[in-house]
Amino acid sequence: MAKQKNYGMVIDTRVCVGCSACVYACKSENSVPEGYCRDWVVQETNGTYPRLSMENRSERCQHCEKAPCVTYCPTGASHYAEDGTVQVNRSRCTGCKACLAACPYDARYVHPEGYVDKCSLCKHRIDQGLETACVSVCPTKSLNLVDFSDPDHEALALMNGKEVYRQKEHAGTRPSLYWISARNKPGV
Amino acid sequence: MSHGQDLNRRDFIKISSLFLAGSAAMSTQIGRTISGGGNALADDGRERVVHSFCEHCFWRCGIAAHVRDGKIYKITGSEHHPLSNGRLCPRGTGGIGQIYDPDRLAHPLIREKKGGKTTYRKASWDEAITYTAEKLYKIKEAYGPQAIAMLHHGYGYTFFKEMFKSFGVNKFAKPSYDFCCGPRHQGYMFTYGHSAGTPEGVDIQNSKYILFFGTHYGENMHNTAVQEIAEGIRRGLKIAVFDPRFSTLAGKAEKWLPIKAGTDIAMMQALMNVLITENLYDKQFVAENTIGFDELRAEVAQMTPEKAAEITDIPADDIREIARNFARYAPAAAVHPGRRTQWYADGTQRVRAIAILNALVGNYKMPGGVVKYEKYKMPKGEPHHYPEFEKEVWSKYPLFTDIKPENTMASHEVMQQTMDGVIKAWFVYGVNVPETITLGRRKTIEAINKVDFLVAVDTLPMEVTGYADVVLPECTYLERYDDLDLGRPYRTPFVALRQPVVEPMFDSKPGNQIARMLADKLGVHALEDDVETYLDKRLKKAGSSLAEVKKTGVLLAEPTDLYRKPGETLTFKTPSGKIELASSKMREAGFDAVPKYTKQPDAPEGFYRVLTGRKPMLTFGRTANNRFLNELPTARENEIWINPQAAEKHQLSHGEYVHLKNQAGIVSEFPIKVKVTERIRQDAVYMVHGYGHYFKKLKWAYRKGASHNQLISDTEVDESIGAVGFQNNFVTFIKEA
Repeated sequence: MAKQKNYGMVIDTRVCVGCSACVYACKSENSVPEGYCRDWVVQETNGTYPRLSMENRSERCQHCEKAPCVTYCPTGASHYAEDGTVQVNRSRCTGCKACLAACPYDARYVHPEGYVDKCSLCKHRIDQGLETACVSVCPTKSLNLVDFSDPDHEALALMNGKEVYRQKEHAGTRPSLYWISARNKPGV
Repeated sequence: MSHGQDLNRRDFIKISSLFLAGSAAMSTQIGRTISGGGNALADDGRERVVHSFCEHCFWRCGIAAHVRDGKIYKITGSEHHPLSNGRLCPRGTGGIGQIYDPDRLAHPLIREKKGGKTTYRKASWDEAITYTAEKLYKIKEAYGPQAIAMLHHGYGYTFFKEMFKSFGVNKFAKPSYDFCCGPRHQGYMFTYGHSAGTPEGVDIQNSKYILFFGTHYGENMHNTAVQEIAEGIRRGLKIAVFDPRFSTLAGKAEKWLPIKAGTDIAMMQALMNVLITENLYDKQFVAENTIGFDELRAEVAQMTPEKAAEITDIPADDIREIARNFARYAPAAAVHPGRRTQWYADGTQRVRAIAILNALVGNYKMPGGVVKYEKYKMPKGEPHHYPEFEKEVWSKYPLFTDIKPENTMASHEVMQQTMDGVIKAWFVYGVNVPETITLGRRKTIEAINKVDFLVAVDTLPMEVTGYADVVLPECTYLERYDDLDLGRPYRTPFVALRQPVVEPMFDSKPGNQIARMLADKLGVHALEDDVETYLDKRLKKAGSSLAEVKKTGVLLAEPTDLYRKPGETLTFKTPSGKIELASSKMREAGFDAVPKYTKQPDAPEGFYRVLTGRKPMLTFGRTANNRFLNELPTARENEIWINPQAAEKHQLSHGEYVHLKNQAGIVSEFPIKVKVTERIRQDAVYMVHGYGHYFKKLKWAYRKGASHNQLISDTEVDESIGAVGFQNNFVTFIKEA
C-alpha cells in the first residue's frame, strides 16, 4: 500500500522578492472574493541605516500537525485530511470564528458567504498530482510543495546545511511550513 | 482641476460614463467575473487553455489563459515560452483585471462642441474611421507627412506603423526610448556593437558575482531575469548593489552600498581605477579585443578611491573591496546594464562605463559574464514598398538610434516640433503621454494644446484620451492577434504568437483591424486582408503554420551556444571591430570618447532628490486601473519614502499624508502617504511612478497617491542620443492642515 502522503512546504526566503504573484495566483485559482486573500507577503527589514537586512516571506496556513483550529472547532468543520493538510468542511462550518481566535498564524478569514476560509494547499490540485497555484506561479521557486512522507523528495534536500526554522514552534503546533532563512549565505 | 493652464483649444474632457463598459448591462456581469463566481456566458463545461504572450510590460512573457464558461478565470505562465518558463509575475496574472475592467472604453468617441460645451459623443466605427482618415489626409495635404507623428508604447503598434508608412508618414516615437531603452541600447552599441538586450545579456544564473547600479529587480518583476537571479543565488551568486535606497535587490546582496544619487560614473571610474592600478584587469583580453585603453587609463587615473569616496559617500576601502571581488570572480562576474538608465544628461556614458567595466575583466561570452543572446532566425516577410520618405531618421541628435524602426525621433522632439508648429497631428497608441516621463506633465499638456488633431487608441480612458479628438477603443491583448514577437533574443531563440483568447468585448476592435480600416479609407495598401492570413504566411516561411503555433504559442529554435571557445577570435560590429573603451562614434560626434563624471546639483535646502521605481504588481499605465492587481493594500497607492532623520526635521510621521512641492513650486494634486524608513539615504526620497491619476474615469486609480510625472519640471537632454534625464527634481513637504 502506498505510504500516507504528508504535504507541507519548504519556503526559500533567500530568493523570494515579495512580488505577490503567489497571492494573485491563489486568488484566481480559488476564486477568493475581492478584499480577501488566503496567502500574503511579509517584507521584514531589520537594522538601522546603512546596516540592514531583509526577509521576504509568502505566508499562509501552516497546515499544522497539531492544529489549534481543529482542536477548537466545535463542529468538526476544521479537520485533518489524509494527506496531512488541514481543511475546512464548508457545510459543517457555522462561522463561529473559534478557529480564527485559535490560529497563531492569522491564516483564516470569514468568507462573505458565511463560512471560514483559508489556504487548502490547493487540495483540488494536489489530488490530481499538480502543484499548488502559488508554487507553480512563483518566479523565484521560493515556494516548494513537499511530501514529507517521501524522504527522497527533491525539496527536502534544499534545507540541507542551511538555517531553517518553523514559525511559532513554541505554540506546539508543529507547522508543516519550513522556512529557509534569508540569513543563509548564497549557495550554502 | 489644475492639471493644465489655459486649456482653451483642447479642454480635457471627462468622458461620460455612458460610453464606458461599466454602464452597459455588462457591469454586474463584470463584477461577478472579477470575483470569480460568475456564469454569464455559455457553459461548455470544459476548461480551455490558450497560449499567447503578455502585454503588461515590454518583457512579453508567454502566458497560458485558462477559460471556463467562456471567461478567462486565471492566467498562468506558459511552460512552452522561454521567457516565462511556466512561471509568471503578478502583473501577468492580473490580465483578468484588465479585460474585465468595467471602466474599459466601449465605443468609438468623437469630440464635439455644442453650445460652447465640449463633449464626446458615441460614434460608429465607420464614422470614427472616416473622420480620422479625412483629418489625417487633410493635414498631410496641407502640411506634408512630417506634420503627423505617432507616439506609441506596446506591441500592437506595428500595424499602425505599416499603415502610416504606406501613407508616407514615418515620424514615430516611443517615450521609453527617452529614458530607458535609448541610452542602454546606444551605450552598448557604441562599445560592443550590439544591444544590451532584453533579457539583458548577462549569464546571471551561472555568475558568481554581479554588481548592480540601482536596478530594482524584484520590484521590477522582469520574470526571466528574476528567475535567473533566484537560480544564481541558489547556486552561490554574490550580489553587490549600489543604490541610494535599500531595494529588494539590495536585500539579497552581500553588500549594499548606499551611494549618493548622481555619482555612479565617479564610482565606475574609481572601480576602473582600482582594476587598472592594481593590475587586476584582463590584460590579454584588453590587448586583443579592445581599443582606447590608454585613453581610458589616463581619464580614470584621477579618480582614486579616495576621491570617489568624497563624491559618492562610499568609503574608499569598500570601493577597493568591490573592485577586487569583481576581478577575483571574473570572468564569472559582471556589472549589470540595468534598465531605465537615463537619470541625468549622461545616461549613455553611464551605460558605456558599465560596458567598459565588463570589458576590462574579459568576461565577454564567458560563463557567468556578458553574453550575446541570439534571436530566432526568421525568414524576412514580404518586402513592402513605401513611398519615399523625406528622412529615415527625424531626430536632430547626432547619435540617435538608426536601427530601431519604431523610433525615428525622440518623443520630446515630438513635443518640441508640436510647440514649433511643425507637427499638427498626434496618433497616440497605448501610451498615456501626460503621465509618461519625458518632459513631465505640464510641458506635455502644453504641447497637447498645440495639436490640431489628436487620435488616441487605447483600452481604457487614460488621461491622454481626455484630450483626444477621436478615441478608438482597442480590445485588450487577450482578445486579439498582434504581429509575431521576433524581438527577444534569449538562450533558446523563439518566435511568439499573440492570439485571441476570447472574442473582443463591447464595440472594441483589434488594432490590426483598426489599422486596416484606416488604411482602406486612406486609400493605401498596407496590410493583408486579414491578420490570420498574414501570420500564417509568415510562419509558413519558417516551416511552420499558424495552426501549429497556435497550440503552444511559440516556435522554438535550438538553444544557442553562448560561450567563446579557447583561442576564438572575437569580432564586434563597432567601427574598429573591437570593443571600444574609447568610442570613435562618440568622439566623431563631438562628445567625450571615454565616460566622464559630471557633478549633479545638490538639493536646495529643505528639499530632497526624487528617486523613482516601481512596485512588482504594477506596470504604470497598463495596470493603473486594474482592480484585481490593486486589491492588495501594498499595491493600492504609492508612498513617499523618507529617512527617519529627515522625517524628524520636517516633523513627518509614518503613515500621515502630505502634499509634495517641487523646486519650481508645483504642488502634488493629491496627498501621498509618508513611509518613514531606514531604507533610504537622508538626502533623497523615493516614490513609485505611475500613481496619482487625475482622470476620474479611471475609477480605481483616481486620486490614489501622488503623480511623479506632475513633479517633473526640470529635464536635461543627453545631446548625443537625445535621451531625457529627469532626476534633478527635488521635493519638500506640505503638511495637511
